[in-house]
Amino acid sequence: MTGFILRRLAESILAVWGVVTIIFFVTRVLGDPAELLLPIGATGAEIDALSAQLGLNQPLLVQYFQFLGNAIFGDFGISYQHGRPAMTVVLERLPATATLAISAILIGVLFGAVAGAIAALKRGKAIELIVMTLALLGQATPVFWLGIMLILLFAVDLGWLPTGGYGTFAHLILPAFTLAVFVSASIARLLRSSILDILKEDYIRTARAKGLTRPVVFFWHIARNALIPVVTMTAILTGELLGGSVVTETVFSWPGIGRLIIQAIEVKDFPVIQAGITLIATIFVLINFAVDLLYGLLDPRIRSAR
Amino acid sequence: MKHFLAELIKSKAGLLGAILLIIIVFVALSAPLLDLPDPTRGDLRARLAGPTWDGLFSPGPHPLGTDEVGRDILSRLVHGSRITLLVATAAVLLGGVVGTILGIIAGYKGGIVDRILMRLVDIQLAIPLMLLALLVVAALGPSLRNVVLVLALTSWIRYARIIRAQVLSLREREFVQSARAIGASTTRIMFHHILPNVMTPALVVGTLELARVIIMDSALSFLGLGVQPPTPSWGKMLADGRVYLSSAWWAVTFPGLAIVLTVLSVNLFGDWLRDFFDPKTRSTK
Repeated sequence: MTGFILRRLAESILAVWGVVTIIFFVTRVLGDPAELLLPIGATGAEIDALSAQLGLNQPLLVQYFQFLGNAIFGDFGISYQHGRPAMTVVLERLPATATLAISAILIGVLFGAVAGAIAALKRGKAIELIVMTLALLGQATPVFWLGIMLILLFAVDLGWLPTGGYGTFAHLILPAFTLAVFVSASIARLLRSSILDILKEDYIRTARAKGLTRPVVFFWHIARNALIPVVTMTAILTGELLGGSVVTETVFSWPGIGRLIIQAIEVKDFPVIQAGITLIATIFVLINFAVDLLYGLLDPRIRSAR
Repeated sequence: MKHFLAELIKSKAGLLGAILLIIIVFVALSAPLLDLPDPTRGDLRARLAGPTWDGLFSPGPHPLGTDEVGRDILSRLVHGSRITLLVATAAVLLGGVVGTILGIIAGYKGGIVDRILMRLVDIQLAIPLMLLALLVVAALGPSLRNVVLVLALTSWIRYARIIRAQVLSLREREFVQSARAIGASTTRIMFHHILPNVMTPALVVGTLELARVIIMDSALSFLGLGVQPPTPSWGKMLADGRVYLSSAWWAVTFPGLAIVLTVLSVNLFGDWLRDFFDPKTRSTK
């Protein structure tokens, strides 16, 4: 187990390094920040002076290693737009993004798991058809459109909830629900088919044959085994969710990291773009790392196989 | 083929998806021939006009209303479908070709090539695809070509992983072993013997990827990083209409419905296709 943990840890560090490298080289294509920071009509000499000050006139590889060295300590430079350390600006937005993402995952997994289990256990009934149709629709609906439609209905027409913004619980409801729909649709479809697979296993027949009650069979034999793919899916969906939050945050004017990155891309604020994407990718890598460790606890076969 | 059609007709969901998809593609292809108003010309006297219907079967001049500069929404939707389908198909094909070739090479050659490629896949998977797409479009500048490139970039990894896994088992099969024994070159084995055997999984991944790519393309347009105006695009129509949400519900509702309908039909057909080629999953559906 220790070897497995160490290997996964090394892989995670490698992934974060790769992300930082990609971000560095891609953002360098975005254009010369020195030219952008100065007012229009700045002379070549002024641009050169600022480039020298920002270290942009050094060879690309030198810049890369300096960037990497600083990035290890979370130092991505000073935000051009905010005039403060970029990572500080990004971290200030973390609570908003985390609140939204965690609420969406909780609502989504809960709804999805219940719906998926019902669909599997009520096979062939009308309720299965309804759940699966809703799940298909949920997967086909772009989050930003769903968000706009919910604003139209609950904020504009009914006036029950605010159209956007941040601060109170009422502000959280619509964006969290919007993001949760996609999560629950995916979880419901996956859980249903994995329960149907498990129902065919010999150990379920055995469990029933020896007279175990339905709840015992369900929670002890079915749910535990069906949970493994759900955990994987949740980890994958977290990535989609962190990406989807970019659009959702834009639709609901939610002051999270996603919206910050979009605004930073518009004004080519490199340090903030780099810090923001690095932070999100690191969080995502950590979640996947944690999920891999969780498998070991859920499934003894995996523990011994590695 | 006969078996394929018979099975398709038996499956209600798959058939529905296929029919919807055929209709959507047909409308997109025949858009210039249809008697629709110019999708890029506005009529300021008819700004944000609501949907007009004289009777149930006789649509008025703007059956789905007009946008903020008086352009006909139905016409923009129909013309927008051409862009959406073009971008998505091109991206999926490009990503598919690159991903399949790399997947075959990684799976067949193994060793250091395999390890480097798979590490690359892992690294890319660590960046949420949407953020990667945003970053790259912002770097290259928004244009039709760049959007296709970016979407293909987010897509190749899915093919590469699945094709590689297939190749790992194909590699040990007899027909590959015997080809090697009679002295076929590595390239020949990879592209003459293995490639035809991974076309089916590649096709299935491609169909499901199409749905994902359509959504991501519309999200990029929504954020203003897709194809640029005045070319009609569904995502941009949504973004523009959002400003007039309280006064013109039609400007945001119909483009969204178009996206949902297209993605839904692709998904329905794709799910069926996957089950058709993989009887193991069919039994549980």
